[in-house]
Amino acid sequence: MITIKVIFFASFKELLDCAQLELSLDEGTNIQDLCLVLSNKGGRWEGLFEQANKNVKVACNQSMAELSTLLSEGDEVAFFPPVTGG
Amino acid sequence: MARLKVSVNKQIIISKESLDLGKLNSEIQASEGQNGASVIFTGCVRVSQQEQGLTGMTLEHYPGMTESLLDEILTEAGQRWQLDRILVAHRVGYLSPGETIVLVGTCGLHRKEAFESAEFIMDYLKNKATFWKKEHYSKQGNCEEVWVESKQSDTDTLERWQG
Repeated sequence: MITIKVIFFASFKELLDCAQLELSLDEGTNIQDLCLVLSNKGGRWEGLFEQANKNVKVACNQSMAELSTLLSEGDEVAFFPPVTGG
Repeated sequence: MARLKVSVNKQIIISKESLDLGKLNSEIQASEGQNGASVIFTGCVRVSQQEQGLTGMTLEHYPGMTESLLDEILTEAGQRWQLDRILVAHRVGYLSPGETIVLVGTCGLHRKEAFESAEFIMDYLKNKATFWKKEHYSKQGNCEEVWVESKQSDTDTLERWQG
């Protein structure tokens, strides 16, 4: 098993009423699998992660990541909407 | 475009306090004196939007990732254009209408480098840097909060710099 930290920003943090959580996952889990785990929490989680689309951005260890990105012990995964700074 | 191997003085500021525009401008202009050309862009919370009930804005960001993304953008600008100095300052936290959200300053030997690089930095910042805006409105006595949605027109600006 691996333990990772998952964090949420902006509208996602408010929608889920969650800033961050820790999860224990099987080794070999990728970000798509993680989305399924989050979706299985039901309710708004399911609505956001059931079909993660281009409006769901994801970073792993503070670099933009793909659904196929493999997760490792201690990783920090962040989910957030498209950016709107400047 | 030829890649230039010159070192550029990069500065990134992410601030919870109001930006000190006088200080930032004079830092850029001190460099302009040495080099010849500088461009300073600033963007602010629109006062005109108060007519729609806007009372302010909150800027959230991803500490750590924001700085590294901005550093990547400034490094790329320093490779594309011959610049002496680049400065990006961005607010986070609560801002009132009229307050400056972002300042980009570039300085080099010629205006073309300074203008183009400032525009490049703003285009990439708006599309890549991990900031999010929430607008606060007061409508008929009710407070509303709206997360700003990204615009396709901003995404389209990147095409100019790619390929």
